[in-house]
This record gives sequence, structure tokens and C-alpha cells, in this order.
Amino acid sequence: MNFELTQERRMMQDALRRYLANTITTATREAAEASPTGFSDRIWEGLAELGVIGALFTEDQGGYGGSGFDLATVFEEIGRAGAVEPLLDTGVLAGGLLGALGGDAAAQTLEAVIAGTHQLALAHTEPANRYALDRVSLTAEKTAGGYCLEGRKSVVVNASAAHDLLVTARTSGQVSDSAGISVFRVAADAPGLEIRDYPLSGGGRGAELTLTRVEVADAALLGVEGEAHAALVHAHARATLAICAEALGLMDRIRVLTTDYLQTRKQFGKPIGKFQALQHRMADVLVEIEQARSAVINLAGNLDGPSALRDLHVAATKNLISRVGKLVAEESIQLHGGIGMTMEYDLGHLAKRLTMVDHRFGDGIHHLDRFIRLAVA
Amino acid sequence: MDLTFTPAEEDFRKEVRAFLEAKLPERLAEKGRLGRHLSKQDHEEWHAILNERGWLAGNWPREYGGQGWSAVERHIFEEEMTRACAPRIVPFGVAMLGPVLQTFGSEEQKAYYLPRILNGTDWWCQGYSEPGAGSDLASVKTSAVRDGDHYVVNGQKTWTTLGQYANMIFCLVRTNTEGKPQEGISFLLIDMTTPGITVRPIVLIDGQPEVNEVFFDNVRVPAANLVGEENKGWTYAKYLLTHERTNIAGVGFAQAGLEHLKSIARLEQDNGRPLIENPHFAARIAQVQIDLMAMATTNLRVLSQAASGQAPGAESSMLKIKGTQIRQEINALTRVAVGPYAMPFVSEALEDGWNGDPIGPDYAMPATATYFNNRKLSIYGGSNEIQRTIISKAILGL
Ligand SMILES: Cc1cc2nc3c(=O)[nH]c(=O)nc-3n(C[C@H](O)[C@H](O)[C@H](O)COP(=O)(O)OP(=O)(O)OC[C@H]3O[C@@H](n4cnc5c(N)ncnc54)[C@H](O)[C@@H]3O)c2cc1C
Repeated sequence: MNFELTQERRMMQDALRRYLANTITTATREAAEASPTGFSDRIWEGLAELGVIGALFTEDQGGYGGSGFDLATVFEEIGRAGAVEPLLDTGVLAGGLLGALGGDAAAQTLEAVIAGTHQLALAHTEPANRYALDRVSLTAEKTAGGYCLEGRKSVVVNASAAHDLLVTARTSGQVSDSAGISVFRVAADAPGLEIRDYPLSGGGRGAELTLTRVEVADAALLGVEGEAHAALVHAHARATLAICAEALGLMDRIRVLTTDYLQTRKQFGKPIGKFQALQHRMADVLVEIEQARSAVINLAGNLDGPSALRDLHVAATKNLISRVGKLVAEESIQLHGGIGMTMEYDLGHLAKRLTMVDHRFGDGIHHLDRFIRLAVA
Repeated sequence: MDLTFTPAEEDFRKEVRAFLEAKLPERLAEKGRLGRHLSKQDHEEWHAILNERGWLAGNWPREYGGQGWSAVERHIFEEEMTRACAPRIVPFGVAMLGPVLQTFGSEEQKAYYLPRILNGTDWWCQGYSEPGAGSDLASVKTSAVRDGDHYVVNGQKTWTTLGQYANMIFCLVRTNTEGKPQEGISFLLIDMTTPGITVRPIVLIDGQPEVNEVFFDNVRVPAANLVGEENKGWTYAKYLLTHERTNIAGVGFAQAGLEHLKSIARLEQDNGRPLIENPHFAARIAQVQIDLMAMATTNLRVLSQAASGQAPGAESSMLKIKGTQIRQEINALTRVAVGPYAMPFVSEALEDGWNGDPIGPDYAMPATATYFNNRKLSIYGGSNEIQRTIISKAILGL
């Protein structure tokens, strides 16, 4: 047993923490939110220069990391800083899927992704399909020399910035079959692709996509036709680890902020942190955050193991993070009083971002269902 | 023991329901249903309609233009209002200041201010909290110094709800710095257009400038605007707070919110089935409904103890805690119910004049904003922690 980070990861952690702490301010975050992409180009470049994007990819893919603990280390820092840059979408979710399915043809794109000059987004979620990974109704029909895509995608995070979108489509079977799902790479400016974009709660941007007879070449198909499901599940497992680690960083930062506030805010002639009622509430918050940390470690350690074990930990960790995230966001707002309700104080942003974690890759109930199917039933 | 309403109460309910069906503008009801933001004009329009029927301040005694409703009648009225998705009555004049003036105000103040509350001439806001005085309200520092027939007011109020719409503010001010802090507070009525007052909006986590900071810089207020006696303001303030806490349970809001949640869960698809059929989601809904059924009766038990027109005592703290927990759980479940569509955050879409297509289903747009906004329920009106302290002292004797 060893719960220490390796030397390399510790260095990455320190460098990233320092960089983000020195760079992100309320003003930079507000500027990022007002920008067309929802994030800061400068911080994105900074992340690339630090090698943070490369740390999300394996050596085969041109990176120098890509394991569970690499992701956990990076994303905990992203969370701690409340950063809104699309490392999750470009780096882990779409980038990871491209790395897994794209073969040699994807090498150049991945190189550009790691260098920070290329953005990606995964378009999988559909209006009525919630968090299911096997439900796809957008269709891709074979044409001479390519495919024709038709359908809708919803809440596609980072679509506004993406140069390419990876679109899941049904090439055969019924809406809910896991067989018959394929992934296509579609350029953001492809004719017939309409992107309606909007800001997201907690930062970043999402979009509704309408694909009307979007023609792509055979080369746009990633991997084998109809067999993308396993890779999709794997990419989501990695993304779930990343977002859970981000949530952990957010919680830890929120805990520090709230503890500081309890020590400085005075009512009835003393710091409110002297009231035992509030001390106990914060003690519970700390206990739960440590549970969250262990859950993230469990998932990181099993991410690249057998898929049954991996999926069990995905469900367990995301369910636990859902519960603890809600507790931490709500308690921190409550213990701050009125100031916790404003956007003029960092907590507002952090608590919103933490709350939104529950709405990506499956909420607490979704993963409770999965866990029961995998481990209990 | 009889759990039914009396025939007279049932008749009253029918009367209220018929009135709402006839008089509540569909435009306002729709805004309520879809969680859209109400403008100042929307509130004023609805107040005027209620006032015409004599129901804007049904809780007031008849001599002041009210109906002298019992606590149960008020409860029925509020239940029907929320059921119909009517705008809530803005509480500051009607529910807060009115009863204080009726009990402690001078004849001149009553004759001047009460009709203006009813006919909408004045929009009041509540100037209690300060940056340094939240839960510890008695530590207010905003000072009022007597100068001839005026008070000169200096200091700052904060979290002033809808202060941007108000032309009048009732304030707790310090008129004496000696002795116990509670004994040096006065209750002052201040015209917001007086020179020296600045209002700065504060944006909350749902993106809305619902509250404000109000700054006072040598503001001259006629001494005639003092309510009751100098340095007795704490008594009036506490009286007002107990009135603020009637209907604190928000049973009507919870019931309407629960119905809305269920209708969403019937429409949302989860693995090809309605979400409401997911046993874990259904269990969460059932749990909160069970709590609500009991709380509705707790509410009526407390209300029926309180004599007509009187505010309930420390028991209202129980209602505040349980009522806000239930409403916040319903808001959280509603956020969860809309799934990925909880993420888009387009606050313009909740404003008048927005005619873009909704992003996702129309019921999804306000879910997250409402969830965040209603975190306030357990903070204001005396935080839930303060309510627990009241219960442990006043009821348990600890
Ligand atoms: C949306 C909103 C609207 C509002 N509108 C108005 C308005 O119109 N007019 C107005 O005057 N005010 C208004 N308020 C202010 C509200 O009344 C205060 O926020 C509330 O009294 C709490 O004060 P505070 O925010 O300073 O928090 P604090 O008093 O600093 O409390 C911080 C935390 O400490 C806890 N705490 C404090 N003392 C104790 C104790 N002794 N034991 C245990 N826990 C304790 C609190 O419960 C809270 O969790 C509004 C607030 C909000 C959020």
C-alpha cells in the first residue's frame, strides 16, 4: 500500500497549482465567461505549455501520462482553482475517444490537441436520452464514399470552441442497442451542422446541435462501424474519474473558504466558528470530503483494470460524489449566510460548478441504478 | 379531532378559487408556471386586482381595509394562490409593515401609510440587515441622530430585497449606543428619494439582482417618521419578525412545487421509460410527499392555535425549518429531474420579451436557477440555525 503520489505527479501537481493560483482571478473568470468560447485562450495556452494536456494522454497517443492517477492529479487542481477551461472535453472525453479509436490517422490531431491548438467536443447526449450511453437515435446512413448524418444532440459541452466534433450515430439496430453505435468526426463548419450555443451554469459553454443531411467521408468513421460502444464506455469512465476529481478539488477549496469564513465572520461578539452547532456541521463536511477522496482513489486505481471492476467503481464513485457534492455546496452556502448567495464572492461560482457535476455522465440516481445492477442485484 | 375544514371555510376556498379563475391574468399565471421573472409592473398589476376585491391585505383588520381573516383563512387563500400560480403578494408593506403600524404607529402614520400600501403608491423594502448585523440583528450600527425635528441617518443596510423598486424603506437604526444593544434601536420610515441614499444591486447565484446594498450619507428624515417610541424599535422589529414567519411553512408553495415536479418526471424519459417510473427517483418524490403531508397538518395545528389575526409563537420556528427543508428538497429533485438540461444557464430566457426557442423543454429552463435561489429560504427570515436555537430555548427550555 502506498498512497503517495510519484515524484513526477507531485511536480505536476505543484506546478499546476501554482500556475492556476497565480493566474485565475475573479476578473479572468468573468472575462472568460464573456468570451465566445466561454474560457480563456491564454490559460489554455498556459496549460499546454505546462504539459497538462499531454499528461492526459498515453505515450502511444503522443502524451506522457493518461493513467487514472494522472487524471486525478490534474483534475483535482483544476477543481481547486475553479478553472473553466475545457480540459475534460477536449482532453479526456473527445481526445480520449479519438486516441482510442482514431488510429494513426488521428496522430496529427492529437499532437495539435496536446500543443493546445486544437479543440474537440463529444456530441453524444440526445434530447430524450438523458445519461444513457447505449441510447443513440441520430442516424448515419451509408452513402457512396461516406455517410450521411441526421439527427440532434443536446448540451454538447465545448461545441462552440471545437474545431472537430466527435458525433455518436446509429449505423444499425434499435435506439437502445449497444451494438450499432459508431463515432464520426465532423468538422465544426460542416454543411448541414447547426450549432446553437449558450452559457452553462458554473462556467463553460454548451450547445444544441442539429444535423441535417451532414455528409462525411468514409475516413470520418473512427474505428469499426457499429462497434464504438465499448470505447464510449471507457471514455466515459475516464471522464467520470476526471469530473469526480475536479469535484474533489472544488470541495476542498470550498471547505478551506468556509472554514476561513467561520474564523473571521463575527456575530454575537465572537467568530461564528465558535458556535458548536456550526463546528459539528463543518466536521461532517470534512468527514464526507475524505470519503470523496477515497472514492476518487478507488476509481483512479481501477480505471485501467478489468472493465467490470472499473464500471463498478465508476458507479460507486459518481454516486458518492453526487451526494457529498450536494452536501458540501449546500452546507457551505448555508454557513456563509447571505454572502454565500452572491456572485460577488468566489463561493458562488465554486458551488455552482460543483452542483453541475451531478448533471454530467449520470447523476446520483443513475449510478445508484448501475451499481445495483453490477454489485447488488 | 376533526381534520376537515368547516363548511364556511370550504365555501371560502371555492370563492377564492372562482376569483382566481376569473381574475388572475393568464399571462401572470404562465410566468408563474414557467418560473419566469416578474417585473415591477407585474407585481403592481396583480396587487391592484387583489386590492379591488379587498384581498390584498386580507390579514389586516377590517377597519384598515382588510378582511380580518383567521389564520386558517389566510392559509386557504395562500394555498389557492400558489395552486393557481399567482404571483405572491410582495410582503414588505402588506405582511410586515402594515401590522407594525396598526399596532404601534401613530394615527397620522396609519391614516397616511396604510392606504398607500393598499393602493400601490408606496413600495416598501425592509432595512434590517447590515454587513455586520445578520443573525445578530440587535448589533445594527446605522445611526440616527436627532437634529431639531429631523433625524440624520448614516450607515449601511444590505440584502435589501427588491430595494431597486422601492420608494420607501423601514429601517432599524441606532439611536442610543449605551446599555443593552436592544435598548438603543428605533424603527424609522425613510423615503428612498431623500438626498444621501444610494442603492447598489447585488447579483445572486441565480444571476438576478434580487437584493441591494443601501447606503445612507447624512440622510435627513423627519422625526415624525419614527414609529412608536425612540429606543423601543426592537420590540416592533420582533413583532414584525413573527408576522414574517406566518406562512413561513410555505405549504402552498411546496404543494405546487411537488405537482410541478411530478409532471416533469412524467415527461422526462429515463431509459425509454418515464422518469417517474424509476423506483429510486419515485422513492425520493414519495419521501418528500410523505413529509409534506405531515407538515401540512403541523402547519394547521400551529395556525389553529393562534387566535385570529395573531401570529404564532416559537412553534413557527418548527414550520420554518421543516417547511424550508421540504421546499429545498423539491427544488433539488426538480433540478435532478431535468437531467443534462439543468446545465444551460440563459437568464434572459426568463425575462419579458425573450422570444427565442427554449433550450430543451420549457420546464427545464428555470430549474437550476430556482434551486439556487431558494437556498435563501433557510438563510433569511432568521436562519434555520437561529430557529433551532429558538426552539431549544423557548420550547425545550435548554
Ligand atoms: C436572498 C436574501 C434576501 C434577503 N432580504 C432581506 C431584506 O429584504 N431585508 C433585510 O433586512 N435582510 C434581508 N436578508 C438578510 C437575512 O435576513 C440575513 O442574511 C440573515 O439574517 C443571516 O444573516 P447573515 O447573512 O449576516 O449571516 P450570519 O448571521 O453571518 O450567519 C452565517 C451563518 O452562521 C450561522 N449563525 C449565526 N449565528 C449563529 C449562532 N448563534 N448559532 C449557530 N449558528 C449561527 C447562521 O445561521 C449562518 O449559517 C436577505 C437575505 C437573503 C439571502
